[in-house]
Formats: sequence, structure tokens, C-alpha cells
Amino acid sequence: MYVVLAVLALAAPFLGIYPVFLMKLLCFAMFACAFNLLLGYTKMLSFGHAAYFGSAAYVTGWLVAVRGWGTIAGILAGVAASMLLGLVIGAIAVRRQGIYFAMITLALSQLVFFICLQADFTGGENGLQGIPRGSIFGLIGLARDGTMYYFVLAVFVAVYLFIRRIVRSPFGHVLRAIRENEPRAISLGYKVARYKLLAFVLSASIAGLAGSLKALTLGFATLSDVGQGTSGEVILMTLLGGSGTFLGPVVGAGVVLTLQEYLSDHVGAWVSVIIGAIFVVCVMIFRRGVVGEIEWRFAHSRRIARRGA
Amino acid sequence: MSSVFGVPLPAILGQLTLGLVNGSFYALLSLGLAVIFGLLGIVNFAHGAFYMLGAFAAYIGLQTFGVNYWWALLLAPLVVGLLGVLIERLFLRHLYRLDPLYGLLLTFGVALIFEGIMRDQFGASGKSYPVPPLLRGVFDLGFMVLPIYRAWVVVASLAVCAMTWFLIERTRLGARLRAATENARLVQAFGINVPLMVMGTYGGGVALAALAGVLAAPVVQVSPLMGSSLVIVVFAVVVIGGMGSIVGAIVSGLVLGLIEGLTKVVYPEASNIVVFVIMALVLMWRPAGLFGREQ
Repeated sequence: MYVVLAVLALAAPFLGIYPVFLMKLLCFAMFACAFNLLLGYTKMLSFGHAAYFGSAAYVTGWLVAVRGWGTIAGILAGVAASMLLGLVIGAIAVRRQGIYFAMITLALSQLVFFICLQADFTGGENGLQGIPRGSIFGLIGLARDGTMYYFVLAVFVAVYLFIRRIVRSPFGHVLRAIRENEPRAISLGYKVARYKLLAFVLSASIAGLAGSLKALTLGFATLSDVGQGTSGEVILMTLLGGSGTFLGPVVGAGVVLTLQEYLSDHVGAWVSVIIGAIFVVCVMIFRRGVVGEIEWRFAHSRRIARRGA
Repeated sequence: MSSVFGVPLPAILGQLTLGLVNGSFYALLSLGLAVIFGLLGIVNFAHGAFYMLGAFAAYIGLQTFGVNYWWALLLAPLVVGLLGVLIERLFLRHLYRLDPLYGLLLTFGVALIFEGIMRDQFGASGKSYPVPPLLRGVFDLGFMVLPIYRAWVVVASLAVCAMTWFLIERTRLGARLRAATENARLVQAFGINVPLMVMGTYGGGVALAALAGVLAAPVVQVSPLMGSSLVIVVFAVVVIGGMGSIVGAIVSGLVLGLIEGLTKVVYPEASNIVVFVIMALVLMWRPAGLFGREQ
């Protein structure tokens, strides 16, 4: 299946799909994968993940557009900024679990939002416009959509494999142990708070990487990148695609962005109603998500087959 | 003219009364959240949306049906509370066995739906709601002028908070509610209709939010998004006070409103964020909140 996906991804620009949309999709898929690392594998619902996505977008955008930094250096600085922010917010938030964790991350991300609204370097209500894409160490120019697409795709694949590696590592197993039964993980001697903080910082950094790439791809960074709406979207993508599955967030990002792309021209304020309705449906009857449901059905039919044999 | 830190005293008092008014809204909203959380164990993200619906119910009532402020004060919480009951019956009831995170996500979706519908109907810009004739004008206290309506908001909110506290802590019904919070199955076994009580509690919490909305309508712009950022501040207030604590919700609501007002005088740039900063500090010092119990 991955071979098919890889061929599709490589050939996508030639299939007549708008490459900027594809790049945006990859950035949000990466963002959702980062979020899934928390929700899906550690059951930490961060309700303010846009804070890391958006602040990295601002930092990269400002350094590249205003200070004339190189593209790669700008991205690295953006990731470093979101990593630092994740460390500070995570250190406060991991002191509580469950819904408290969700409310705390939400409130602190609102704090980040207001700072971005009032700070000078973010351009306030207007945001940062005209961020140049630059080049990779002056060797490969990224101004063309085709080249930029393969760059974003390469980064995405690397991050995707990295997350798979994390989840399947001993560290990932401890995270899942925390998800299943936190008191038990504590009593087994794991320093749970430290594991959760590390997962949080990793997730924030990857979300930052996605934000930096998004700022370069589209050439702007705005308040909506760091706002509540984006935090909600990434939750929906993960939930709809299937949290705790590798491909789920990617599928979810695809569905949500496609919906937005086609709906926003036609229905105006109803986009928010439709998004809300999808939330309700996901929570009420579709809690495994698209990929989770497929995997479950598949495993279920295998169980039945084994019982029959 | 006397002044503190170079700021004239009337300006400080003005901001403090404004802070007290905001604090009253925080208190009413976080009280409703705390009551709902106590019995249902879910965080009602739609609380801001119900607050907004309460304000709109008053606005629509006045524009379309000529319902005056005083009737709106009674009817809007009733109508919106019934809407809350409907949502509890249709959706929330099926989620109690699951992780409480699902309740948060569901109510988040519900909030998006209501906000989207209202934005489609009324646009994003704010509508103004007139101050009722009886409450126009100001009290001249000598050292400052106090608009009568602001005084009314504070008094009315405090009265409602006190009544809710009395209902829960001092009546037979309240005793049953508190018992169901501790152990719902046992209370049910005593022949008390717990699901009905849960439904009523959600409706009541929602009605409190709608009441706050009606009270707020004449002092803020009535707009579809008026609740969406407020609910996040109220979450922070509830985290500071300690989840599920009724006194904690009321006291920290009022105090944080005052602190916010004071910040507007001393360092206006920080007035948006001061509540969140205080929340972070409180969490570092007392993770369970000021009035909360460590589980």
C-alpha cells in the first residue's frame, strides 16, 4: 500500500492537482501526525496545538522575510522556537491529566495568541506577507511550485518515518502504557511526567516544522495559524482520520482541507456548522475514525476467520 | 485630584467597577461550568455558545416579538436551558460511560454549529441592545459616577450565585445532587431518578450561561463570536478556582475580573493575558487549583 501511496505522491503534480493545495495538505498532514503522537499514542488532548504551528510560522517567516535568513536556517529556528514553547507549556500542562490538560493547553495557547496579536514582529492583524521561499543552501531554488512540492514531500516522508520509528521504539511503548493505564505505568517505576513532557516537546517541534513549511509554501503567516480555529481543525483531522493510527491523520487532513477548499466558496458561515456537525458525528458514532474503522474491520474479519479454522 | 502611581483615582475606580462587572460574568459562567462538571464529569465547551445564545435570545425577543428586558431575563434562560436539555438527551447522555474527553469534543462541535448558524443569520458584526429604561442613568457617589446598569449586573449576578449556592449546599435537592456526584449508582439505588437530575443539572448550568448572556447584552456588543474567546478565559478561571468547587468558581471569577480591571490601569497591554498568566502560576504552585481537592 505504501508503494502505491509513494507513486501517487511522486506523480501528483502531473495529475493536474493544484500543487500549492498538495503542499498545504502535506503541511497539515504533518501537523496532524504530530498531534496524533499526543492524542493517539499518549491520550493527551492538547487543545491548543496551533500555538506551536503558528509561532514557528511567524518565527520562520520573520527571519526569512525581514532578517534575510536562509530557508533552512529559518526552518530550524522556527522548529527551535516551537520546541522551546512546547517545553515551557508542556512543563506546566503535564502536571494535570485528561480534561484539565486540555483546558490548560487551550488557555496557554490563547496566551500565545494574544502575544502574537500584540507583538511587533508578527504584523498584528495583517500578519506577515510576502515570505520568500529562498533556496536550499543556495543550491536548489524553491520558488517554483514543482521543486517546492518535492522538498515538502521529502520532509514529510522523513517526519512520517520518524514518527513511526518513535511509536515503535521502547519509548513509544511506554507512551502507550501511559495511555492505557497511567497509575500502573507510574507504579512500574516509569517517570511518567518526563515521558509525557518529552512526547509533548516532540509533538510541538514537529507541529512547528509543519508551520514553518506552511509559511514558506504559502508565503504568509497570519493570526489564524496560531488561533483557536486551527487548533480545532487539527483535532478534527486526527479524530476523523482515526487517532492512534499512522495514516489516519493524513487521511483526516485530506478530507478536512478538501471540504474547506470546496465549501468555503459556496456556503460561507456554514463551513463552521459542517465542521461542527462532523465533530458531533465523529464523537457519537465514528470514534475510531476512517482508518481506525478499516483497520478494526480488517482485524475483526481475521479474528472470525481464525476462529472458523 | 488624588492619584495612585500617577493614574487618577476615578480612572482606577472606573476600571475596577468594569472589572467587577466582567468578574460577575466570569462568576456566573464558571459557576455553571462547575455545576455541570460536578455531576456530569464533562467540561461544557459550548458554555460560551449558550451565553451568546442567551444574549441573542434577548435581542431577537426585543426586535421581533417586543419582549422587554425583564421578560427576557426570565424567558431567555428558559428557552436556552431547554435547548441544553435537548442536547443532553440527544448526545451527551450516550457519552457518560466513555472518556470525558469525548464530552469536551462533542460540546466543542456543538459550539461551532451554533456559532456558525448565528453568523450565517446575523453576520459577524455586533448588535447593540438598549439598557432598559428603569436602569438608565448613573449614581453619583461623589468620588466617581457609577452607571446604574453596571451596579445592577453585579448585584443580580451575586444574587443568582448566592441562590445557586444555597440550592446546592442547603436544600434537599442539593443534597441529592451532591450525593449523586459522589456515587450516582448508590443514589439511583435509593430510588432517586438520577438521569432526570443529570438532565436538569445540565439544563440549569446552561440556563445560567444564558442568563449571563442577557445581563451582558446591554453592556457588550451582541455578536455570534462573543462567547468563543470568553469561554477560554472562563476555563482558565475554573482551573484557577479548582474544578467542581462552587465557592471556588464564584470567588475566583470575581477576583480575576477585578485583577483584569486593575491590569488595564497599570499595564493595559497585559490585560488580555493576565488571567492565563495567573493560571500558569497557580498551576505551578497548586496543581489542583486554589479551592480544589487533589484526587
